[in-house]
Parts: sequence; C-alpha cells; structure tokens
Amino acid sequence: MRWGGVLRTPVGASAAALLAAILLLALVAPVLWGDRADAVDTRAILRGPSAEHWMGTDNLGRDIFFRVLVATRMSVVLALLATGIGVATGLLLGTAPLVLGAPVGRLVTAAVNIAVAFPGLLLALFFAVIFGVGRTGALLAIGFAIAPGFARLTHTLVARVAGLDFIAAARLAGVGRGRLIVRHVLPNVGEPLIVNATIAAGGALLAFAGLSFLGLGVQPPAYDWGRLLGDGLGGIYVHPAAALAPGVAVVVAGLAFNLFGEALAKGIGLPTAWGPVPRGPRSGATREGGTSMSPRARASGASAGDPVLAVDGLQVSFPGGVRPVRGVGFTVGRGEAVGIVGESGSGKSLTALAIGQLIEEPGQVRADRLEFLGENLLTRPTPARRRLLGTSLAMVFQDPTTSMNPSQRVGRQLAEVAEVHQGMSRRQALARAVDRLRTVRIPAAGRRARQFPHEFSGGMRQRATIGMGLMGSPALIIADEPTTALDVTVQRQVLRLLAGIRAADQVAILLISHDIAVVGQVCDRVLVMYAGRIVEDLPAAELRTHARHPYTRALLAAVPDMTTDRNQPLAAIPGRPADPARLPEGCAFAPRCPLADELCTRSDPQLVADDHGRRVACWHADAWADRPAPVVVRIGDPR
Amino acid sequence: MTGATADAGTFRGLGDSAWPRFALRRLGRLLVSVWVLVTAAFLMIHLIPGDPVRAALGVAAPPALVEARREALGLNAPLWLQYGRYLRDLVTGDLGSSTITGLPVSQVISDRLPATLELAVGAFVLAVAVSVPLGLGMAVLTRGGRRRRGELAFTSSSVVLAAVPEFLVAVGLVYVFSVALGWAPVAGRSGPGSYLLPVVALAIGPAAALARIVRVETLAVLQADYIRTARAKRLPNRLVYLRHALPNALTATITIGGLLLSGLVAGTVLVENVFAWPGLGSTIVQSILAKDYPVVQAVVLVYGLGVLLVNLAVDVALALLDPRSTIRES
Amino acid sequence: MSRLTFENVTVRFGGRRRGLTAVDGVDLTVPDNTVVGLVGESGSGKSTLARAAVGLTPLSGGRILLDGAPVPSHGRRPLQMVFQDPYSSLDPRMTIGGTIAEAIPRRDATGAPARRAEVARLLELVDLPADRAALYPAQLSGGQRQRVALARALAGRPEVIIADEITSALDVSIQGTVLNLVRDLQRRMRLSMLFISHNLAVVRYVSDVIAVMYLGRIVEYGPADDVLSDPQHPYTQELLAAVPGSATAAEDEPTVAEPTDPHHPPAGCRFHPRCPIGPLVHPDRPDRRACRETEPVGDGHRHRAACHFAVPEPVR
Repeated sequence: MRWGGVLRTPVGASAAALLAAILLLALVAPVLWGDRADAVDTRAILRGPSAEHWMGTDNLGRDIFFRVLVATRMSVVLALLATGIGVATGLLLGTAPLVLGAPVGRLVTAAVNIAVAFPGLLLALFFAVIFGVGRTGALLAIGFAIAPGFARLTHTLVARVAGLDFIAAARLAGVGRGRLIVRHVLPNVGEPLIVNATIAAGGALLAFAGLSFLGLGVQPPAYDWGRLLGDGLGGIYVHPAAALAPGVAVVVAGLAFNLFGEALAKGIGLPTAWGPVPRGPRSGATREGGTSMSPRARASGASAGDPVLAVDGLQVSFPGGVRPVRGVGFTVGRGEAVGIVGESGSGKSLTALAIGQLIEEPGQVRADRLEFLGENLLTRPTPARRRLLGTSLAMVFQDPTTSMNPSQRVGRQLAEVAEVHQGMSRRQALARAVDRLRTVRIPAAGRRARQFPHEFSGGMRQRATIGMGLMGSPALIIADEPTTALDVTVQRQVLRLLAGIRAADQVAILLISHDIAVVGQVCDRVLVMYAGRIVEDLPAAELRTHARHPYTRALLAAVPDMTTDRNQPLAAIPGRPADPARLPEGCAFAPRCPLADELCTRSDPQLVADDHGRRVACWHADAWADRPAPVVVRIGDPR
Repeated sequence: MTGATADAGTFRGLGDSAWPRFALRRLGRLLVSVWVLVTAAFLMIHLIPGDPVRAALGVAAPPALVEARREALGLNAPLWLQYGRYLRDLVTGDLGSSTITGLPVSQVISDRLPATLELAVGAFVLAVAVSVPLGLGMAVLTRGGRRRRGELAFTSSSVVLAAVPEFLVAVGLVYVFSVALGWAPVAGRSGPGSYLLPVVALAIGPAAALARIVRVETLAVLQADYIRTARAKRLPNRLVYLRHALPNALTATITIGGLLLSGLVAGTVLVENVFAWPGLGSTIVQSILAKDYPVVQAVVLVYGLGVLLVNLAVDVALALLDPRSTIRES
Repeated sequence: MSRLTFENVTVRFGGRRRGLTAVDGVDLTVPDNTVVGLVGESGSGKSTLARAAVGLTPLSGGRILLDGAPVPSHGRRPLQMVFQDPYSSLDPRMTIGGTIAEAIPRRDATGAPARRAEVARLLELVDLPADRAALYPAQLSGGQRQRVALARALAGRPEVIIADEITSALDVSIQGTVLNLVRDLQRRMRLSMLFISHNLAVVRYVSDVIAVMYLGRIVEYGPADDVLSDPQHPYTQELLAAVPGSATAAEDEPTVAEPTDPHHPPAGCRFHPRCPIGPLVHPDRPDRRACRETEPVGDGHRHRAACHFAVPEPVR
C-alpha cells in the first residue's frame, strides 16, 4: 500500500532505478558480451586503459570492462541465492518456537542466540571449511551465516505480534494455528522482513565479493567481481583499473540494495539510519513570540491582586497550518487552583507546555501576553529568568514511568535543581532532596533517594516528581494529567498532596485533566477547552448549576458518577472530538451541537464575560436561562 | 494493563541481590557458548567430506604415509574418544601441529595474534573516538528537523562509507596513498607508518555505521519525556545533553557497538590479506586454501573466543550504564 | 442457561520461589443473564482472571465451569472477550468485515453470500452501517473499533462475554455510546457478562452485581446497590472514598504506606498494611492481631466481605 510512496522520494527512486539497471545488466550482459569477455588476446596482455579496452586487459589479454559487466550475473545471482537460503532458514528457525511449541522452541532460540554472537564472516569461514572452497561451498556458507541474524529478527518480530490482542481474539474466534500464522502473523511481520532481506542481499553481495577476493569463493574459470578484484590486486601498482573497476561495481551494487532497503523502511515507517519515526506535535523549548494576532474580546478572567500567571491570546502552531491552540487567555491568582478540562485534540496539554516554555521547533508559540510572577516570558530568555522558572515554576507530567531519567538515581535528579539554581553544594542539595521526598510522604526517603526510578511504583514516582518541583519554592505548579496513569486510590493521595502543598504555602495550581470530576473536586475554577479554545470559564462549585456551553453540559451529562440514573441511557455526544488539522468554519463544536444553527456554522463565537465573571463562548449561551439544572441531553442518534 | 507484572521489576530493589544473580547468569551463558564454540571447532574438521589427511598430503601421497599420519593424529579412534582427547589437549594448551609445516599451532598463534590484536584494538579506538562525538553533535544540531541539508549530507556520506566493505576501502586507500602519493608503505608490518592505512581501512566502515547509530539513538532519546523534564527543570543545555541524553543514548549504542566490534575482529581477515599483514587473518585464509586443518581449527577458536569476550564486555558495560538490564531476562 | 463459575481458581506466573500468584483461590459466580462488575486496581489480578476464563492463560489450580461443565476449548467457544485497547485488538491488515467473518462459526453460515449477510447483521447490531465492512481499522475511530470488537465477540453466538476495560482507552464523550450499546445488547440477548473496570462509576452504571478484587482475592461480592451503599470491606470503602467528587473525599488522610509487593503478599490479611482500621492504625488493640495472622474468609459475612470485622450474615 505504501510502497508506491517509496518510489516518490528522491532516494527511493534513484535506488530503485539503480537496482533495476543492475538486474537488467545481470540478465542481458552475458548474452550480449559474453564472448567479448572471454576473448583471449595474447598480444594485449596487462594493458592499461585505451580506446579499444576501456579498462585495459588482464593477464590473458581479456577486456576487463566487459568482464566486469558480465560478472554482474554471477555476483548478483549468487548474492540473491545466498540471501534466499539465509532468509528461508532464518524464517524457519525464527517461527520454530511458535510452531513447535515451548520446549523445542526454547532450544532453538538458545542456539540462535549463540550463533548470532558470531560475525557473519566468521560463520562463513567456518562453513567454508566444511563445505569446501568454491562456489557452492561459499553459497551455503554465506547463506547459513545470514540465517541466525534473520532468525533472531523473525523471532523478535513474531513475538511482538503474537502478544497483540488481535491474535488472542483470533484464537478465541477459533482460528487454527496454521491459519493464525499465515493470515495474521506473517502479513504483519512481512514488511520489516522484506526490508531487512533487501539489505541482507546487499550484505551477501559484499560477503561473496570478500570470499572470492580471498580465493575461497568462485574458482576459475568462472569469475565474479570478487575474483576479478583478487586477480587485479596483485598488479595494482601498474594496473589499477583492473582492481578498481570491479571494486566500484561491488560498491555500487551493494549500495543500490542497501539504499533501496532503507528507502523501503522509511516509506513503511520503520526506524532506520535516517532517524526515528517522527512524532506529531510535541514538546520542547520556546521560540520568542510577540506578534499578536487579531484582536479578540479582551475578557480575561477576574484576578485578585497580582496574578501569578497571566495569559492572553496564546497560540501554538505547527507547520502545515495546524493550530492546536488558537487563542487562550486566563489568569491564575496566588494560591488559586485552576483546572483545564478537555478531551483529545482540545489543546490543553499544549497550552500547559507553551506556558512552561517547553515547545520546541517546529512548533511555534505566540501570545499577546504571557507573564509569570510579573516576568514577561515572551522576550529572549535570560539566565535570571531560567533561575526564576527553575525555582518558582514546577511542572508535573502525565506518565511517571518515562518522566524520570532511568539511568540516574532519584535523589540526584532532585538535587540537580538545587545545585544548578540555588548554588548548593552536592551534599546540601542531596540533603534537601531527601527532605523533599519526606515532604511528599515517600517512606524511607533516605534509602529511596539512592534508588533508581524503576524501583519506585507509579504513585511514588509521581510524588517524587512533585518533590522535584518543591526543591525551590514554587509559586505555581502546572500538572498535566498527573493522575491519569495512576490507580484511583493513588490518585487520591496525589491530589491530596497537591491540595496540602497549596494550603501550606499558597502555591497556585494549574491542573490539566480530561476528567471533569477530578477538576471539579480539586479546583476553584474550571476552564473547558474545545478545539484549541476556551469555551467556558466558571467556578468549580457552579459547574452543575451554571454551566452554559452545550459542550460543558454534554460532558457533565456523559460522564457517569455515583448518582447517575441507571435506568436511563448515558448521554453521548455524537461525532468525534475535533481534529485540529481539519477545523470547520465557525464554531468548532457546531457539528456535534444540538443548538447549532446557521449563525454557528458561519462565525466563531467569542469568549464573553457576564456580570459574575463567568465566561462562555457560545451564541446560544442563554438558551439555558430558563433551565438552570443541566438536562440529560439525549443528543439524537448515537452514531 | 497487567499492572502486576509491570510493577514486578520495581520491587526487586537493585541492592545486592541483582548483581550476583546477573553475574552468575552471564557467566553461565559464557561457559555454554564457549563449549558450543569448542565443539563446533572440533566438528568442523569431522564434517568435511573426504579425508583431511589425504587432502593435505595430496592425491599422490602413498597410502602407507597417509595411514601413518592418520594414526599419528589419532584420527582412527572413535569420535567420542577423539573429542575427549581434543578437550584435554585444549585445556593443557596443546593445539596440535600444522600438517603443512609441522610447527606447533600454539606457536603459530602466539606469533601472529599480537599483530591482529594491534589492528583490531587500534581500529576500535579510532572508530569510537571519531563516531561518538560526531554522532552526538550531529544529533544535537539536526534535532527537530533543523539543518536538513546538513542532515542529508551526513546521512548519505555515512551510509556510503558504511556500505563499502573494508577490503575495498583498503584497496582504495592503498591505491591513493601508497601507489599514487607514496605516503605510506603498500604492505607489510614495518614501522609506525605502516599501521596507518590498515587501521584506517578497518575503522572507516564501523565508524560511519556507529556515528549513524549514535545520531539516531540520541535523536530518539531527545524526544523522551525525561528530557522534557530536564528542560522543565531549566537545566543548562550542557547538562541536558551530557548528563541526561548521552548515558541513555549510549546504552542502545553499546549493543550495536559490540556487534560492530565483533565484525571488526572478522574484518581483520580481509584487511590483513590486502596488506600482507602478518596476523591471524592471513594465516587462516592460507590454511584453508592449503587444507591445514589444525591451524584453521585453532584460529577459529581464537576468533570465536575473542568475539565471546567482546560480548561479555558489552553486557557488563550495559549493566553498569543501565541498571534495569541486570534484571531483565535475555 | 449461561452461568459462569470460578471454583478456587489460581493462576501463577514464574517459578515457585520468585513467582507471582496473580489470582489466588478465587470463587466467583456470574449468574445467568447478569452483569457482574469486577473492580480492582493494578495488581489485583482482574485481567489475569479474565484471560484465564477464556483460556488465554493456563490455570494453576481450580476450575472454570459453564453451567456446571468445563468450558469447551475446541469448536464453538461460548465465552468471548472484548479487549481494552481498540488499536491493537483488530488486525490492521484485515478489513473489519473479514475480521468479523473469521469469527463466525463455519456451521452458522456457509458460502460467501451467507457470511456477508451475517456480517451485515452483526454490524447493524452494534449500530454501524453495513458498508463499513470494507474498511480497515485505521480508518475507524476508537469507539467504532470497540463496536467492531463487540460485533466480533457476538459473531460466535456466545453465552458469556467478558469485557476487559473496554472504555478505558476511549474519550469520555464516546464512552457513553459504547456503554449504552453494551447494556442494550446484554439485555436484548440475555447474555451473562463479566465487566471489568477500575472506574467504579462506570461499573455501577453497567452492573447488577459487583465483585471487588485485591491482590488476587475477591474481598467483597454482592448486589451493586448494596455494595456501594453499604460497603463492608475497608478496601471497598477506600475505593468509594477515592472516587472524585464523592462525599467521603474530605475525610482524614489515608495512610501512605509502601506499596505492597505482589510477589510477597503480607501474612494474614493482605490488606492490613493499608487498612484504616487495621493493626498499623490501631496497634494497641488486641483484636487487630488477627489481621496479621489469619487470612479472613468471605463466607459468613455480609457481601462475603473478606474482613475479620465485617458484619456477619448466615450463609444461605
């Protein structure tokens, strides 16, 4: 399916063309020039390049250029045959555990693991001794030398696929083992195998050239590139062309196979030498923003005193015109807990990252206003600002498993902050780290500080991350889905910890979550985001009573809680969450909204504040004025 | 998600309990591999079709001489007895005698092994010293899609260099630097200058491949969550790259590096033939062609042991760098 | 009749010394035409129990019976499962029509037209238009994929369906559709269902009976309303208190103890290191000594709660 795309890249196209040319040459060269290549001319022995013989002649007066061309067939055919033997053997050995069952399979795997440790050439020499010098021997030698690597690859791929749920589901459906392997396993491992086989063919070509060069491969009177190279090496002083011509041929052909294989891999999406498979819009450090966008209703939320965080007109964009965050504005006061709620595609996480200055190229951040503790974050970063952010702003991310450096002890990771930003010595910093771990209620903190992250449980890792943020004296903790990956009882502990920190030191909290119940419980104020915009801003206590945006009301109705009426169907919102790459004109929620009309599809509503400081972005916000209690909206067909 | 099994590793504290088990397991694997190698080397001779002694002495040799030689080499005894003698001889350091020259094989090995080691170690050091900083630097410079032209140039040149086999590089280097420019001797192991071309020829391919891999692994690491955490801590870039990215990129690199080093060991075979280097590589080829099987057997053993030791070193280095790998079963 | 019974089921991984007992002597019944909600956190063994029920994981002890007879492992499978991850539970290289058709027993529909008709019928059951049969999973959303997985499970005309965290990976606004569908189908087709989830609110909405699992054991079992309004086991109480927005969330701090190692469960009651009424909180009370020494048994307590201090109720 995606193979056609491979040919459209410049590397893929040129490699494919080169490969095709080589294969064509292999087919036709002996037919066209076989006689010329074998023509002995004792008068013109060991001549240099001339008009008659482009690459000169060898010790029997034969034209080297044509010998190189004709040798293509032997070299390519042997390489392909050897690859075939290796791949077939490797496939058999690699699928053996699946087919033959556990005990025999384990033995086979162990044998393969031992064989894989030895480099191919060594194995080839080993087999060459057994099978004897010559073409057949070398063929078998190289084939069996390729096999262990392939077996290991097959085994890894098959093991990975075999563990996926759809295999289990097929077994449950009664699919037999044979059909399971042929119909489900092999097609899903086929692509990486083919790519590796192509690259292996290139390797086999080079290996064969090597063996023939050493004299262990093709024997005279037959000849391939390796033998030509070996013959020509002796006279390299006087007659370099005799060695270089076949050498160049080997390199070009080997490259053709390799590049084609790598282009295939890239086209399919496998990680290769060119780099890991690129991920979507993600995190990083910020670019300097500053240019403001079109003026929007300057309705930032109410603030008491100097806000800890003030955001206005925040935008995040990626190349290709994707704008996952399209103008977000709010403030967070001292000691205030603000929650941002949204589903996938709402832009809530990117908002947090943008505020934390962690969006890197190619993402771009722009805002009218982005201030933290009075410091304007839109200008060029300075060392003083780095220190401010490092000590006063703490960030907690979603996945505790991957958020900590796996090869560094936990205590060191906490102590770093104090060493770098607070000028502490190593010992002082470590002592403070242990103290912070105790603050976040990690038992046996002293011992735990010397451990590695993988020795902590998920909840403890998350608490340690919070402890990392407490190394300074944070004024704001930005927590992006901090409890989503945790058990609910652990979530409770972590949320209580955050609440405790907030109460003790007046630390503001910006909590991002998809779980409106969590946000409703922990925060003073709730911001609801949809398709990169804030669509509602109101106090958490008034969620159930004063929510006006249809999306907010639908979210509240769709999430079951402990009081949901079990005899009614759950409310659901038709359609899917908005895709930031394909947003409609007008209000982004209109396709799913029961109140949508022509105005909604034509123009995007602004975020407007009412007298009480609640903001909502909806043309029909007042439609609920007569119905203060949220109605379970049975939104049409659940399709 | 099977939380139970996922968390299983977290509770097996690294403490003292993981290292001895790991060491035991690893040594056990080493012993088994050595045994397999030794047995394979033994069987190698006995799997050859035909009579090795006759093949070595030539078709015209008188049958009496062949028979006497067979008796002398103990080839008429049953297989298991020969195996036992072979193992016993190995342990006492007796590797037999060359069927061509009659010299003790252990002497051949001890004469020629140092030369090969010099090449292999020299090439390895050169390859690592060049490729790791290069790969790391390129990753930092080209992350997130920056400097696309530089990335293309680096990747294509490293792909090309890695794809050219070492004996061709050797031939090319000989032509350019010895024949055309006369800067280095063409062949043989003489003064320090004679080391230059062989070592470079051996190192170029692995260096290019390793630089490529270091770059890819570093790029992958730079996308990891814990790098984002390090940036969130507002650590200076120097610390982010050297203390957080590099150690984690190295763990994956070392595994591949180990494979390359093993390949280096084998590459000496080819390079030595180009430069007529008096090492084990040229020995084994000549012995195979001359059917001098005791020598072949011994050299295969030496090479195999070298590879196994390299693998052991890789595993130990990995264990030191990545504490989780000691717990993980292979 | 489709009554699923777990009799003293044990599932162990690894060797005897360093192994893990994921499921330890579980007795559980899914009555006919009933939804049993199985609640537990990570490490509780609920997923392992599910996989053991359908035969994906071998039992180390005990038996699993369907209507009193062992579950057949060849031929028609009356137990089917819907998995958690909608992205890996469908073969990416097979059309969804093919995936569903593969699960239709040979006897039920022979010949291509009959199978196509059956696939269309199943798609309609899960509220998907029949023309989707030609699509590949990559072209569907998560919620749609889960519905296809449901259709595949129904293709074998099962008697019992095991739903393992089927909505945990879905967006909140889509979750309702799948839950409504599951409830609707269960009632219409009179299926027995074991509904596994860590989300107590979702389990409450779907289930008639609730079973609570902790470290491989069932610690409470009873009608959903009863268990949730009057939980007997301290762990159930803790789960209820931990639901965000619950009234009991404002109570005193739970003890933050070392997480329990599933490889080495504590002696006596498995929950006692975390228990708010246990020996660590009340070290001076002599009656708490039992928590450290004897394993509590469910029989004889209300909701078969496995706690020494649960309200007693005669076994019926």
